[in-house]
Amino acid sequence: MDWTALGVSLRLATATLALLLPVGLWLGHVLATRAFRGKLLVEALVTVPLVLPPTVLGFYLLVTFGARSPLGQAFQSLVGQALPFSFAGLLLASAIANLPFVVQPIQRGFEAIPPDVRDAASCCGLSPWQRFRRIEVPLAWPSILTAAMLAFAHTLGEFGVVLMVGGNLPGETRTLSIAIYDRMQVFDDRAAGVMAATLLFVAVGTLMATTALSRRHASRG
Amino acid sequence: MADAALRVRLRQTTPMPLDVDFTCATGDVLAIFGPSGSGKTSILRTIAGLRRADDAAIHCGAETWADTAAGVDVPAHLRPAGFVFQDYALFPHLSALGNVMTALGHRPRADRAPRAAALLGLVHLGEASERRPAQLSGGERQRVALARALARDPKVLLLDEPFTAVDRAVRRKLQDDIDALRHSLEVPMVLVTHDFDDVVRLASHVLLLERGHAVACGPVGELMARPDLTWLRDAVGLGAVFDARVTAVDPVRGLATLDADGMRLLVAEPAAAVGSQARIRIPAREVILATAAPQGLSLHNVITGRVTGLHHEPGGSHVVVQVAVGQARLLAEVTRDAVVRLGIADGVPIHALVKSVSIDLRVRR
Repeated sequence: MDWTALGVSLRLATATLALLLPVGLWLGHVLATRAFRGKLLVEALVTVPLVLPPTVLGFYLLVTFGARSPLGQAFQSLVGQALPFSFAGLLLASAIANLPFVVQPIQRGFEAIPPDVRDAASCCGLSPWQRFRRIEVPLAWPSILTAAMLAFAHTLGEFGVVLMVGGNLPGETRTLSIAIYDRMQVFDDRAAGVMAATLLFVAVGTLMATTALSRRHASRG
Repeated sequence: MADAALRVRLRQTTPMPLDVDFTCATGDVLAIFGPSGSGKTSILRTIAGLRRADDAAIHCGAETWADTAAGVDVPAHLRPAGFVFQDYALFPHLSALGNVMTALGHRPRADRAPRAAALLGLVHLGEASERRPAQLSGGERQRVALARALARDPKVLLLDEPFTAVDRAVRRKLQDDIDALRHSLEVPMVLVTHDFDDVVRLASHVLLLERGHAVACGPVGELMARPDLTWLRDAVGLGAVFDARVTAVDPVRGLATLDADGMRLLVAEPAAAVGSQARIRIPAREVILATAAPQGLSLHNVITGRVTGLHHEPGGSHVVVQVAVGQARLLAEVTRDAVVRLGIADGVPIHALVKSVSIDLRVRR
Protein backbone atom coordinates (compact mmCIF):
# COMPACT_ATOMS: atom_id res chain seq x y z
CA MET A 1 0.00 0.00 0.00
CA ASP A 2 1.48 3.30 -1.16
CA TRP A 3 0.36 5.72 1.58
CA THR A 4 2.25 8.59 -0.03
CA ALA A 5 0.30 8.08 -3.28
CA LEU A 6 -2.99 8.04 -1.34
CA GLY A 7 -1.89 11.30 0.31
CA VAL A 8 -1.12 12.86 -3.08
CA SER A 9 -4.49 11.70 -4.42
CA LEU A 10 -6.45 13.14 -1.49
CA ARG A 11 -4.41 16.36 -1.52
CA LEU A 12 -5.00 16.72 -5.25
CA ALA A 13 -8.73 16.05 -4.94
CA THR A 14 -9.14 18.54 -2.09
CA ALA A 15 -7.06 21.24 -3.79
CA THR A 16 -8.87 20.74 -7.09
CA LEU A 17 -12.15 21.19 -5.30
CA ALA A 18 -10.96 24.31 -3.49
CA LEU A 19 -9.73 25.80 -6.75
CA LEU A 20 -12.69 24.75 -8.86
CA LEU A 21 -15.66 25.42 -6.62
CA PRO A 22 -15.44 29.25 -6.68
CA VAL A 23 -14.82 29.16 -10.46
CA GLY A 24 -17.69 26.73 -10.95
CA LEU A 25 -20.08 28.83 -8.86
CA TRP A 26 -19.20 31.94 -10.79
CA LEU A 27 -19.18 30.36 -14.25
CA GLY A 28 -22.26 28.22 -13.58
CA HIS A 29 -24.15 31.29 -12.40
CA VAL A 30 -23.11 33.39 -15.38
CA LEU A 31 -24.06 30.63 -17.83
CA ALA A 32 -27.39 30.03 -16.09
CA THR A 33 -28.53 33.61 -15.76
CA ARG A 34 -27.02 35.64 -18.58
CA ALA A 35 -27.28 35.71 -22.33
CA PHE A 36 -24.17 36.92 -24.12
CA ARG A 37 -22.35 36.54 -27.39
CA GLY A 38 -20.15 33.49 -27.48
CA LYS A 39 -22.07 31.70 -24.74
CA LEU A 40 -22.35 28.58 -26.91
CA LEU A 41 -18.58 28.53 -27.38
CA VAL A 42 -17.93 28.96 -23.65
CA GLU A 43 -20.33 26.11 -22.88
CA ALA A 44 -18.65 23.91 -25.48
CA LEU A 45 -15.19 24.70 -24.09
CA VAL A 46 -16.32 23.92 -20.54
CA THR A 47 -17.74 20.58 -21.69
CA VAL A 48 -14.94 19.51 -24.02
CA PRO A 49 -12.75 17.82 -21.34
CA LEU A 50 -15.68 15.44 -20.89
CA VAL A 51 -15.51 14.08 -24.43
CA LEU A 52 -11.82 14.38 -25.29
CA PRO A 53 -9.55 11.39 -24.63
CA PRO A 54 -7.46 12.22 -21.54
CA THR A 55 -4.36 11.82 -23.64
CA VAL A 56 -5.47 14.58 -26.03
CA LEU A 57 -6.31 16.87 -23.13
CA GLY A 58 -3.03 15.97 -21.45
CA PHE A 59 -1.09 16.67 -24.64
CA TYR A 60 -2.52 20.15 -25.03
CA LEU A 61 -2.08 20.93 -21.35
CA LEU A 62 1.53 19.81 -21.54
CA VAL A 63 2.12 22.07 -24.54
CA THR A 64 0.40 24.97 -22.73
CA PHE A 65 2.39 24.42 -19.55
CA GLY A 66 5.73 23.92 -21.33
CA ALA A 67 8.78 26.13 -20.89
CA ARG A 68 8.22 27.66 -24.33
CA SER A 69 4.63 28.72 -23.64
CA PRO A 70 3.80 32.12 -22.05
CA LEU A 71 2.04 30.35 -19.15
CA GLY A 72 4.97 28.04 -18.56
CA GLN A 73 7.46 30.91 -18.68
CA ALA A 74 5.36 33.06 -16.36
CA PHE A 75 5.05 30.24 -13.83
CA GLN A 76 8.77 29.46 -14.08
CA SER A 77 9.77 33.08 -13.44
CA LEU A 78 7.28 33.52 -10.61
CA VAL A 79 7.78 30.27 -8.72
CA GLY A 80 11.18 29.28 -9.99
CA GLN A 81 9.94 25.82 -10.94
CA ALA A 82 8.62 24.25 -14.12
CA LEU A 83 4.89 23.59 -14.35
CA PRO A 84 4.89 20.15 -16.02
CA PHE A 85 5.63 17.17 -13.76
CA SER A 86 4.95 19.21 -10.60
CA PHE A 87 2.06 19.12 -8.16
CA ALA A 88 1.06 22.67 -9.21
CA GLY A 89 0.91 21.62 -12.86
CA LEU A 90 -1.02 18.51 -11.93
CA LEU A 91 -3.47 20.60 -9.93
CA LEU A 92 -4.02 23.02 -12.79
CA ALA A 93 -4.53 20.15 -15.24
CA SER A 94 -6.88 18.43 -12.84
CA ALA A 95 -8.91 21.62 -12.40
CA ILE A 96 -9.31 21.98 -16.15
CA ALA A 97 -10.17 18.32 -16.67
CA ASN A 98 -12.81 18.55 -13.91
CA LEU A 99 -14.35 21.81 -15.08
CA PRO A 100 -17.42 20.17 -16.70
CA PHE A 101 -18.09 18.04 -13.61
CA VAL A 102 -18.36 21.17 -11.50
CA VAL A 103 -19.82 23.76 -13.88
CA GLN A 104 -22.58 21.68 -15.42
CA PRO A 105 -24.43 20.56 -12.27
CA ILE A 106 -24.07 24.03 -10.77
CA GLN A 107 -25.36 25.64 -13.96
CA ARG A 108 -28.37 23.30 -13.99
CA GLY A 109 -28.96 24.05 -10.32
CA PHE A 110 -29.07 27.79 -10.90
CA GLU A 111 -31.18 27.34 -14.03
CA ALA A 112 -33.79 25.47 -11.99
CA ILE A 113 -34.47 28.57 -9.87
CA PRO A 114 -37.59 30.27 -11.31
CA PRO A 115 -36.73 33.71 -12.74
CA ASP A 116 -39.53 35.22 -10.65
CA VAL A 117 -37.83 34.05 -7.47
CA ARG A 118 -34.64 35.84 -8.48
CA ASP A 119 -36.65 38.93 -9.37
CA ALA A 120 -38.49 38.74 -6.08
CA ALA A 121 -35.14 38.82 -4.29
CA SER A 122 -34.25 42.04 -6.11
CA CYS A 123 -37.65 43.48 -5.27
CA CYS A 124 -36.94 42.64 -1.61
CA GLY A 125 -33.96 44.98 -1.81
CA LEU A 126 -31.25 42.33 -2.02
CA SER A 127 -28.17 43.36 -3.99
CA PRO A 128 -26.96 40.86 -6.61
CA TRP A 129 -24.35 39.53 -4.16
CA GLN A 130 -26.87 39.22 -1.29
CA ARG A 131 -29.28 37.51 -3.64
CA PHE A 132 -26.59 35.06 -4.70
CA ARG A 133 -25.58 34.27 -1.12
CA ARG A 134 -28.98 34.19 0.56
CA ILE A 135 -31.31 32.90 -2.16
CA GLU A 136 -29.53 31.34 -5.11
CA VAL A 137 -26.78 29.32 -3.40
CA PRO A 138 -29.15 27.82 -0.79
CA LEU A 139 -31.63 26.87 -3.53
CA ALA A 140 -28.94 25.34 -5.75
CA TRP A 141 -27.25 23.66 -2.79
CA PRO A 142 -27.99 20.01 -3.77
CA SER A 143 -26.53 20.67 -7.23
CA ILE A 144 -23.46 22.34 -5.75
CA LEU A 145 -22.97 19.34 -3.47
CA THR A 146 -23.28 16.98 -6.43
CA ALA A 147 -20.74 19.03 -8.35
CA ALA A 148 -18.27 18.93 -5.48
CA MET A 149 -18.70 15.20 -5.02
CA LEU A 150 -18.28 14.49 -8.73
CA ALA A 151 -15.12 16.59 -8.95
CA PHE A 152 -13.64 15.03 -5.82
CA ALA A 153 -14.38 11.45 -6.85
CA HIS A 154 -13.36 12.04 -10.43
CA THR A 155 -10.03 13.58 -9.43
CA LEU A 156 -9.28 10.54 -7.29
CA GLY A 157 -9.90 8.34 -10.31
CA GLU A 158 -8.21 10.48 -12.98
CA PHE A 159 -5.47 8.58 -14.76
CA GLY A 160 -4.72 9.71 -18.29
CA VAL A 161 -4.29 13.42 -17.70
CA VAL A 162 -2.22 12.77 -14.55
CA LEU A 163 0.09 10.45 -16.41
CA MET A 164 0.55 12.88 -19.30
CA VAL A 165 1.06 16.07 -17.26
CA GLY A 166 2.31 14.86 -13.91
CA GLY A 167 4.27 11.80 -14.72
CA ASN A 168 5.09 9.50 -11.84
CA LEU A 169 7.09 11.34 -9.15
CA PRO A 170 6.58 9.85 -5.66
CA GLY A 171 5.09 12.33 -3.19
CA GLU A 172 4.65 14.92 -5.92
CA THR A 173 2.62 13.58 -8.82
CA ARG A 174 2.23 9.87 -8.22
CA THR A 175 -1.45 9.47 -7.34
CA LEU A 176 -3.06 6.25 -6.21
CA SER A 177 -4.41 5.44 -9.66
CA ILE A 178 -0.89 5.80 -11.10
CA ALA A 179 0.53 3.73 -8.27
CA ILE A 180 -1.93 0.93 -9.07
CA TYR A 181 -0.84 0.95 -12.71
CA ASP A 182 2.77 0.99 -11.53
CA ARG A 183 2.29 -2.07 -9.33
CA MET A 184 0.44 -3.94 -12.07
CA GLN A 185 3.36 -3.34 -14.45
CA VAL A 186 5.64 -5.29 -12.05
CA PHE A 187 2.98 -7.98 -11.39
CA ASP A 188 2.47 -6.86 -7.77
CA ASP A 189 -1.22 -7.85 -7.83
CA ARG A 190 -1.56 -7.81 -4.04
CA ALA A 191 -0.49 -4.15 -3.61
CA ALA A 192 -2.58 -3.11 -6.65
CA GLY A 193 -5.58 -4.93 -5.19
CA VAL A 194 -5.30 -3.22 -1.81
CA MET A 195 -5.00 0.21 -3.41
CA ALA A 196 -7.86 -0.43 -5.84
CA ALA A 197 -10.04 -1.48 -2.91
CA THR A 198 -9.01 1.68 -1.04
CA LEU A 199 -10.07 3.87 -4.00
CA LEU A 200 -13.34 1.96 -4.28
CA PHE A 201 -13.94 2.41 -0.55
CA VAL A 202 -13.23 6.17 -0.69
CA ALA A 203 -15.43 6.61 -3.79
CA VAL A 204 -18.37 4.74 -2.26
CA GLY A 205 -17.93 6.66 0.99
CA THR A 206 -17.95 10.00 -0.83
CA LEU A 207 -21.11 9.09 -2.73
CA MET A 208 -22.87 7.93 0.43
CA ALA A 209 -21.91 11.08 2.32
CA THR A 210 -23.16 13.29 -0.49
CA THR A 211 -26.47 11.46 -0.79
CA ALA A 212 -26.97 11.64 2.97
CA LEU A 213 -26.26 15.38 2.94
CA SER A 214 -28.66 15.99 0.03
CA ARG A 215 -31.38 14.01 1.77
CA ARG A 216 -30.96 16.00 4.95
CA HIS A 217 -31.18 19.21 2.93
CA ALA A 218 -34.26 17.94 1.09
CA SER A 219 -36.05 17.04 4.31
CA ARG A 220 -35.33 20.50 5.70
CA GLY A 221 -36.52 22.12 2.48
CA MET B 1 -50.37 65.72 -12.41
CA ALA B 2 -46.74 66.53 -11.59
CA ASP B 3 -47.40 65.79 -7.92
CA ALA B 4 -48.82 62.32 -8.58
CA ALA B 5 -46.95 59.72 -6.54
CA LEU B 6 -46.14 57.56 -9.54
CA ARG B 7 -45.57 58.87 -13.05
CA VAL B 8 -44.77 56.45 -15.82
CA ARG B 9 -44.00 56.98 -19.48
CA LEU B 10 -42.78 54.03 -21.52
CA ARG B 11 -42.07 53.60 -25.18
CA GLN B 12 -40.54 50.73 -27.07
CA THR B 13 -41.03 48.87 -30.32
CA THR B 14 -39.28 45.57 -29.55
CA PRO B 15 -39.71 42.86 -28.35
CA MET B 16 -43.30 44.08 -28.15
CA PRO B 17 -44.69 47.53 -28.85
CA LEU B 18 -45.35 49.59 -25.76
CA ASP B 19 -46.52 53.17 -25.61
CA VAL B 20 -48.13 54.28 -22.36
CA ASP B 21 -48.15 57.39 -20.25
CA PHE B 22 -49.99 57.37 -16.94
CA THR B 23 -49.94 58.50 -13.34
CA CYS B 24 -51.17 56.96 -10.13
CA ALA B 25 -51.80 59.02 -7.01
CA THR B 26 -51.35 57.97 -3.40
CA GLY B 27 -54.25 55.84 -2.25
CA ASP B 28 -55.37 55.12 -5.79
CA VAL B 29 -55.56 51.67 -7.29
CA LEU B 30 -54.80 51.76 -10.98
CA ALA B 31 -55.89 48.57 -12.73
CA ILE B 32 -54.14 47.81 -15.99
CA PHE B 33 -56.66 45.65 -17.78
CA GLY B 34 -56.15 43.90 -21.08
CA PRO B 35 -55.87 40.50 -22.74
CA SER B 36 -52.79 38.38 -22.12
CA GLY B 37 -49.92 39.46 -24.31
CA SER B 38 -51.01 43.10 -24.28
CA GLY B 39 -47.93 44.16 -22.32
CA LYS B 40 -49.45 44.56 -18.86
CA THR B 41 -46.81 42.62 -17.00
CA SER B 42 -44.02 44.28 -19.01
CA ILE B 43 -45.22 47.66 -17.75
CA LEU B 44 -45.20 46.48 -14.16
CA ARG B 45 -41.79 44.85 -14.45
CA THR B 46 -40.35 47.97 -16.03
CA ILE B 47 -41.62 50.09 -13.13
CA ALA B 48 -39.92 47.70 -10.71
CA GLY B 49 -36.68 47.83 -12.69
CA LEU B 50 -36.78 44.14 -13.61
CA ARG B 51 -36.67 44.93 -17.31
CA ARG B 52 -35.77 47.92 -19.46
CA ALA B 53 -37.72 49.84 -22.08
CA ASP B 54 -36.11 51.69 -25.00
CA ASP B 55 -37.44 54.95 -23.67
CA ALA B 56 -38.61 55.14 -20.09
CA ALA B 57 -39.36 57.90 -17.62
CA ILE B 58 -40.44 56.61 -14.22
CA HIS B 59 -40.79 58.93 -11.26
CA CYS B 60 -41.93 57.95 -7.80
CA GLY B 61 -42.61 60.94 -5.60
CA ALA B 62 -39.48 63.09 -5.75
CA GLU B 63 -37.30 60.17 -6.89
CA THR B 64 -36.41 59.38 -10.47
CA TRP B 65 -36.24 55.63 -10.99
CA ALA B 66 -35.65 55.74 -14.70
CA ASP B 67 -35.08 58.46 -17.24
CA THR B 68 -33.60 57.27 -20.49
CA ALA B 69 -32.98 60.81 -21.73
CA ALA B 70 -31.00 61.68 -18.59
CA GLY B 71 -29.27 58.29 -18.46
CA VAL B 72 -30.85 57.37 -15.12
CA ASP B 73 -31.71 53.73 -14.46
CA VAL B 74 -31.86 52.76 -10.80
CA PRO B 75 -31.36 48.99 -10.32
CA ALA B 76 -34.34 47.01 -9.05
CA HIS B 77 -32.97 46.39 -5.56
CA LEU B 78 -32.62 50.13 -4.97
CA ARG B 79 -36.19 50.96 -6.01
CA PRO B 80 -38.49 50.78 -3.00
CA ALA B 81 -41.30 49.01 -4.84
CA GLY B 82 -43.37 46.20 -3.37
CA PHE B 83 -43.99 43.54 -6.00
CA VAL B 84 -46.52 40.72 -5.71
CA PHE B 85 -45.84 38.11 -8.37
CA GLN B 86 -48.44 36.07 -10.19
CA ASP B 87 -47.09 32.75 -8.93
CA TYR B 88 -46.10 34.21 -5.53
CA ALA B 89 -42.35 33.67 -6.17
CA LEU B 90 -41.75 32.90 -2.49
CA PHE B 91 -38.32 31.70 -1.40
CA PRO B 92 -38.97 27.97 -0.97
CA HIS B 93 -36.09 27.44 1.48
CA LEU B 94 -37.33 30.04 3.94
CA SER B 95 -40.28 30.05 6.35
CA ALA B 96 -43.09 32.55 5.93
CA LEU B 97 -41.34 34.70 8.51
CA GLY B 98 -37.99 34.30 6.73
CA ASN B 99 -39.57 35.31 3.44
CA VAL B 100 -40.92 38.50 4.96
CA MET B 101 -37.68 39.23 6.87
CA THR B 102 -35.73 39.07 3.61
CA ALA B 103 -37.40 42.29 2.56
CA LEU B 104 -36.60 44.06 5.84
CA GLY B 105 -32.91 44.64 5.20
CA HIS B 106 -33.40 48.40 5.41
CA ARG B 107 -34.52 48.15 9.05
CA PRO B 108 -32.29 47.63 12.10
CA ARG B 109 -31.56 43.94 12.68
CA ALA B 110 -33.39 43.77 16.01
CA ASP B 111 -36.58 45.18 14.49
CA ARG B 112 -36.86 42.70 11.66
CA ALA B 113 -38.37 39.64 13.34
CA PRO B 114 -41.07 41.58 15.26
CA ARG B 115 -41.88 43.66 12.17
CA ALA B 116 -42.18 40.52 9.99
CA ALA B 117 -44.43 38.90 12.59
CA ALA B 118 -46.60 42.02 12.67
CA LEU B 119 -46.92 42.02 8.88
CA LEU B 120 -47.90 38.35 8.85
CA GLY B 121 -50.52 39.21 11.47
CA LEU B 122 -51.80 41.97 9.24
CA VAL B 123 -52.50 39.43 6.48
CA HIS B 124 -54.04 36.98 9.02
CA LEU B 125 -51.11 34.55 8.92
CA GLY B 126 -49.70 35.08 12.40
CA GLU B 127 -49.89 31.41 13.34
CA ALA B 128 -48.30 30.14 10.12
CA SER B 129 -45.06 32.09 10.40
CA GLU B 130 -42.79 29.06 10.81
CA ARG B 131 -44.23 27.16 7.86
CA ARG B 132 -42.49 26.97 4.53
CA PRO B 133 -44.20 27.87 1.23
CA ALA B 134 -44.69 24.18 0.37
CA GLN B 135 -46.76 23.76 3.54
CA LEU B 136 -49.06 26.70 2.77
CA SER B 137 -52.21 26.83 0.66
CA GLY B 138 -52.39 29.01 -2.45
CA GLY B 139 -54.23 31.76 -0.65
CA GLU B 140 -51.80 31.65 2.26
CA ARG B 141 -48.82 31.86 -0.08
CA GLN B 142 -50.32 34.91 -1.71
CA ARG B 143 -50.74 36.49 1.72
CA VAL B 144 -47.07 35.84 2.52
CA ALA B 145 -46.17 37.40 -0.83
CA LEU B 146 -48.29 40.42 0.05
CA ALA B 147 -46.69 40.74 3.50
CA ARG B 148 -43.25 40.45 1.91
CA ALA B 149 -44.09 43.19 -0.59
CA LEU B 150 -45.27 45.44 2.26
CA ALA B 151 -42.19 44.68 4.35
CA ARG B 152 -40.04 46.84 2.16
CA ASP B 153 -42.05 49.91 3.20
CA PRO B 154 -42.70 50.41 -0.49
CA LYS B 155 -43.40 53.75 -2.09
CA VAL B 156 -45.51 51.94 -4.68
CA LEU B 157 -47.22 48.55 -4.57
CA LEU B 158 -47.21 46.54 -7.80
CA LEU B 159 -49.53 43.55 -8.11
CA ASP B 160 -49.14 41.21 -11.08
CA GLU B 161 -52.30 39.13 -11.55
CA PRO B 162 -52.33 38.47 -7.82
CA PHE B 163 -55.50 36.37 -7.78
CA THR B 164 -55.19 34.11 -10.82
CA ALA B 165 -53.85 31.14 -8.94
CA VAL B 166 -56.49 31.05 -6.19
CA ASP B 167 -60.13 29.96 -6.19
CA ARG B 168 -63.02 32.41 -6.22
CA ALA B 169 -63.75 32.45 -2.48
CA VAL B 170 -60.10 33.09 -1.60
CA ARG B 171 -59.96 35.65 -4.36
CA ARG B 172 -62.77 37.65 -2.79
CA LYS B 173 -61.06 37.62 0.60
CA LEU B 174 -57.75 38.74 -0.90
CA GLN B 175 -59.53 41.49 -2.78
CA ASP B 176 -61.01 42.70 0.52
CA ASP B 177 -57.56 42.62 2.13
CA ILE B 178 -56.01 44.65 -0.64
CA ASP B 179 -58.92 47.06 -0.58
CA ALA B 180 -58.40 47.54 3.16
CA LEU B 181 -54.69 48.14 2.54
CA ARG B 182 -55.49 50.76 0.00
CA HIS B 183 -57.06 52.86 2.71
CA SER B 184 -54.38 52.28 5.36
CA LEU B 185 -51.22 52.21 3.27
CA GLU B 186 -51.13 55.56 1.52
CA VAL B 187 -49.13 54.42 -1.49
CA PRO B 188 -50.11 54.22 -5.14
CA MET B 189 -51.07 50.70 -6.16
CA VAL B 190 -50.85 49.35 -9.70
CA LEU B 191 -52.73 46.14 -10.33
CA VAL B 192 -52.32 44.16 -13.52
CA THR B 193 -55.23 41.88 -14.33
CA HIS B 194 -57.04 40.15 -17.14
CA ASP B 195 -60.05 39.50 -14.93
CA PHE B 196 -62.57 42.30 -15.08
CA ASP B 197 -63.90 41.33 -11.66
CA ASP B 198 -60.70 42.79 -10.14
CA VAL B 199 -61.29 46.08 -11.91
CA VAL B 200 -64.88 46.33 -10.72
CA ARG B 201 -64.09 45.36 -7.17
CA LEU B 202 -60.79 47.07 -6.51
CA ALA B 203 -59.77 49.75 -8.96
CA SER B 204 -60.20 53.46 -8.51
CA HIS B 205 -58.68 54.07 -11.93
CA VAL B 206 -58.29 51.87 -14.95
CA LEU B 207 -56.04 51.72 -17.97
CA LEU B 208 -57.37 49.61 -20.82
CA LEU B 209 -54.44 48.13 -22.67
CA GLU B 210 -54.36 46.57 -26.09
CA ARG B 211 -51.13 45.55 -27.80
CA GLY B 212 -49.11 47.92 -25.68
CA HIS B 213 -51.30 50.94 -26.30
CA ALA B 214 -53.73 52.56 -23.89
CA VAL B 215 -57.23 52.34 -25.34
CA ALA B 216 -58.51 54.52 -22.52
CA CYS B 217 -57.36 55.62 -19.09
CA GLY B 218 -59.17 57.36 -16.25
CA PRO B 219 -61.27 57.01 -13.09
CA VAL B 220 -63.30 53.79 -13.12
CA GLY B 221 -66.69 55.48 -12.73
CA GLU B 222 -66.01 57.95 -15.52
CA LEU B 223 -64.60 55.39 -17.92
CA MET B 224 -67.30 52.79 -17.31
CA ALA B 225 -70.01 55.36 -18.03
CA ARG B 226 -68.69 55.94 -21.54
CA PRO B 227 -71.03 54.46 -24.17
CA ASP B 228 -68.37 54.41 -26.90
CA LEU B 229 -65.82 51.94 -25.51
CA THR B 230 -66.46 49.26 -28.12
CA TRP B 231 -63.21 47.54 -27.13
CA LEU B 232 -64.49 47.03 -23.59
CA ARG B 233 -67.92 45.91 -24.84
CA ASP B 234 -66.29 43.23 -26.94
CA ALA B 235 -64.01 42.15 -24.11
CA VAL B 236 -66.34 41.99 -21.11
CA GLY B 237 -69.53 43.93 -21.89
CA LEU B 238 -70.31 47.47 -20.87
CA GLY B 239 -71.75 48.46 -17.52
CA ALA B 240 -71.67 51.52 -15.32
CA VAL B 241 -69.67 51.25 -12.08
CA PHE B 242 -70.49 53.30 -8.99
CA ASP B 243 -69.28 53.85 -5.49
CA ALA B 244 -72.44 53.75 -3.42
CA ARG B 245 -73.46 54.03 0.21
CA VAL B 246 -75.94 51.78 2.01
CA THR B 247 -78.64 54.14 3.31
CA ALA B 248 -81.23 51.66 4.60
CA VAL B 249 -81.65 47.93 5.15
CA ASP B 250 -84.96 46.12 5.30
CA PRO B 251 -84.28 42.59 6.60
CA VAL B 252 -87.96 41.65 6.30
CA ARG B 253 -88.05 42.37 2.59
CA GLY B 254 -84.46 41.22 2.21
CA LEU B 255 -83.43 44.43 0.54
CA ALA B 256 -80.88 47.19 1.00
CA THR B 257 -81.20 50.72 -0.32
CA LEU B 258 -78.13 52.27 -1.92
CA ASP B 259 -77.34 55.79 -2.87
CA ALA B 260 -75.00 56.19 -5.82
CA ASP B 261 -74.32 59.80 -6.79
CA GLY B 262 -77.96 60.70 -6.13
CA MET B 263 -79.37 57.56 -7.73
CA ARG B 264 -81.42 55.35 -5.40
CA LEU B 265 -81.18 51.59 -5.92
CA LEU B 266 -82.68 48.58 -4.19
CA VAL B 267 -80.50 45.51 -4.05
CA ALA B 268 -80.97 42.04 -2.61
CA GLU B 269 -78.33 42.33 0.14
CA PRO B 270 -80.04 42.24 3.56
CA ALA B 271 -76.71 41.57 5.33
CA ALA B 272 -75.25 44.99 4.50
CA ALA B 273 -74.75 47.50 7.31
CA VAL B 274 -76.26 50.96 7.05
CA GLY B 275 -73.57 53.49 6.25
CA SER B 276 -71.16 51.02 4.67
CA GLN B 277 -69.60 51.70 1.29
CA ALA B 278 -70.24 49.51 -1.71
CA ARG B 279 -68.99 49.18 -5.24
CA ILE B 280 -71.70 48.31 -7.76
CA ARG B 281 -71.80 47.52 -11.43
CA ILE B 282 -74.94 47.55 -13.54
CA PRO B 283 -74.39 45.57 -16.75
CA ALA B 284 -75.70 47.56 -19.73
CA ARG B 285 -77.28 44.45 -21.24
CA GLU B 286 -79.46 44.00 -18.12
CA VAL B 287 -80.99 47.48 -18.28
CA ILE B 288 -84.37 47.92 -19.92
CA LEU B 289 -85.48 51.34 -21.17
CA ALA B 290 -89.08 52.59 -21.09
CA THR B 291 -90.65 55.90 -22.07
CA ALA B 292 -93.47 55.47 -19.55
CA ALA B 293 -93.12 54.11 -16.01
CA PRO B 294 -94.49 50.55 -16.15
CA GLN B 295 -96.80 49.00 -13.52
CA GLY B 296 -97.09 45.54 -12.03
CA LEU B 297 -93.50 44.41 -12.37
CA SER B 298 -91.45 42.19 -10.08
CA LEU B 299 -88.67 44.68 -10.60
CA HIS B 300 -87.60 47.05 -7.82
CA ASN B 301 -85.64 49.69 -9.64
CA VAL B 302 -87.45 52.01 -12.01
CA ILE B 303 -85.03 54.89 -12.32
CA THR B 304 -86.10 58.10 -13.97
CA GLY B 305 -83.48 60.02 -15.90
CA ARG B 306 -82.60 61.70 -19.14
CA VAL B 307 -80.72 60.42 -22.17
CA THR B 308 -77.28 62.07 -22.37
CA GLY B 309 -75.64 60.08 -25.12
CA LEU B 310 -76.09 57.36 -27.70
CA HIS B 311 -73.48 55.29 -29.40
CA HIS B 312 -73.82 52.70 -32.06
CA GLU B 313 -71.24 50.97 -34.15
CA PRO B 314 -71.69 51.32 -37.90
CA GLY B 315 -73.39 48.16 -39.07
CA GLY B 316 -74.09 47.00 -35.49
CA SER B 317 -77.59 46.10 -34.40
CA HIS B 318 -77.22 47.45 -30.86
CA VAL B 319 -77.15 50.95 -29.43
CA VAL B 320 -75.53 51.94 -26.13
CA VAL B 321 -77.59 54.60 -24.40
CA GLN B 322 -76.18 56.73 -21.59
CA VAL B 323 -78.78 57.84 -19.04
CA ALA B 324 -78.15 60.60 -16.48
CA VAL B 325 -79.75 60.16 -13.06
CA GLY B 326 -78.61 63.09 -10.93
CA GLN B 327 -74.81 62.99 -11.12
CA ALA B 328 -74.83 59.29 -11.93
CA ARG B 329 -74.52 57.92 -15.45
CA LEU B 330 -76.08 54.58 -16.37
CA LEU B 331 -75.50 52.60 -19.53
CA ALA B 332 -78.18 50.57 -21.28
CA GLU B 333 -77.64 48.38 -24.31
CA VAL B 334 -80.73 48.05 -26.51
CA THR B 335 -81.48 47.22 -30.11
CA ARG B 336 -81.48 49.85 -32.82
CA ASP B 337 -85.10 48.97 -33.43
CA ALA B 338 -86.02 49.85 -29.83
CA VAL B 339 -84.30 53.23 -30.14
CA VAL B 340 -86.32 54.00 -33.26
CA ARG B 341 -89.58 52.63 -31.83
CA LEU B 342 -89.33 54.56 -28.56
CA GLY B 343 -87.89 57.68 -30.14
CA ILE B 344 -84.85 57.63 -27.85
CA ALA B 345 -82.65 60.63 -28.53
CA ASP B 346 -80.29 62.95 -26.70
CA GLY B 347 -82.12 64.86 -23.94
CA VAL B 348 -85.24 62.68 -23.91
CA PRO B 349 -86.64 61.74 -20.44
CA ILE B 350 -86.46 57.99 -19.90
CA HIS B 351 -87.03 55.25 -17.32
CA ALA B 352 -84.28 52.73 -16.77
CA LEU B 353 -85.47 49.36 -15.40
CA VAL B 354 -82.91 47.40 -13.39
CA LYS B 355 -83.54 44.06 -11.67
CA SER B 356 -82.13 44.00 -8.14
CA VAL B 357 -80.42 40.69 -8.80
CA SER B 358 -78.72 42.03 -11.93
CA ILE B 359 -76.71 44.49 -9.87
CA ASP B 360 -73.18 43.24 -9.18
CA LEU B 361 -72.50 44.40 -5.64
CA ARG B 362 -69.53 44.37 -3.30
CA VAL B 363 -69.96 45.83 0.17
CA ARG B 364 -66.71 47.04 1.71
CA ARG B 365 -65.81 45.66 5.11
